[in-house]
Amino acid sequence: MIGVAHYLTLAGLLFALSVAGIFLNRKNVIILLMCIELMLLAVNFNFITLSRFLGDAAGQVFVFFILTVAAAESAIGLAILVVLFRSRRSINVEELDSMKG
Amino acid sequence: MEAVIFYFFGAALIASAIGVVTSRNPVHSAMFLVLAFVTSAFLWMLLEAEFLAIVLVLVYVGAVMVLFLFVVMMLDVKVEQARAGFTRYAPLGIAVVMIIVAQLGYVVWARTQEMNFLQAPPRADAGFSNTELLGSQLYTDYAYPFELAAVILLVAIVAAIALTMRKRPGLKVQDVARQVQVRREDRVRLVSMDAEKGE
Repeated sequence: MIGVAHYLTLAGLLFALSVAGIFLNRKNVIILLMCIELMLLAVNFNFITLSRFLGDAAGQVFVFFILTVAAAESAIGLAILVVLFRSRRSINVEELDSMKG
Repeated sequence: MEAVIFYFFGAALIASAIGVVTSRNPVHSAMFLVLAFVTSAFLWMLLEAEFLAIVLVLVYVGAVMVLFLFVVMMLDVKVEQARAGFTRYAPLGIAVVMIIVAQLGYVVWARTQEMNFLQAPPRADAGFSNTELLGSQLYTDYAYPFELAAVILLVAIVAAIALTMRKRPGLKVQDVARQVQVRREDRVRLVSMDAEKGE
């Protein structure tokens, strides 16, 4: 029987994989944005799982808002990326060190 | 039956997440991300969140991923150069991932007795509408956050356009204010000439 632990494990694996993606991809900002989308998907998965197993619709409302904010975030992120590529001709993460971070 | 569907789509979801992280071409990564969104939409259907599953496919696959693909194809990143140094950070990344998996596994599986009270409620009957439930919550208890979400989307539109708009030098543009302000004396010059004699 598939219980709450199975779904939470799946979401946890998804989250861990996207964290690994952020650590491994030091060259391409687009992949970083995609990994952030995957992390948000894993979080949404947890919300929906617990919304079902607790019988509370508030979790689904939260997922709705997270989807909204994630769409806005990716739109602004991609706009920043386009401006960055226009000015530097590169989206390499390791070359973005002008702020000495 | 539910277990078969869960394991099939769960395996597809994990495999496509691995594909997003490891594929060499950013276009392939975007396609794997589309696959991940679609498979998780199926799993959300299994969790009886039908409206959000459809929204995930429509908004994410239909709009956000198209935006991603658009930018990936527009930016023309060199694939070989983009993948150098993949293995250099692999030990650190794998260590962090192992820590995360261990912590989540401890919380979810080692303390599973405390989560046994979370039993799945029975399936809703065929006439139940998830969309109606979500809408009745959204327009009553969450009306104010709903308006805020709309404002956030508006701010995102304005910010994205303002960021990417640029003024090229030497571009011919209309200035409506100056066009309206122009007077007759600026444009028309009356000259009086002597009539020419016919030959």
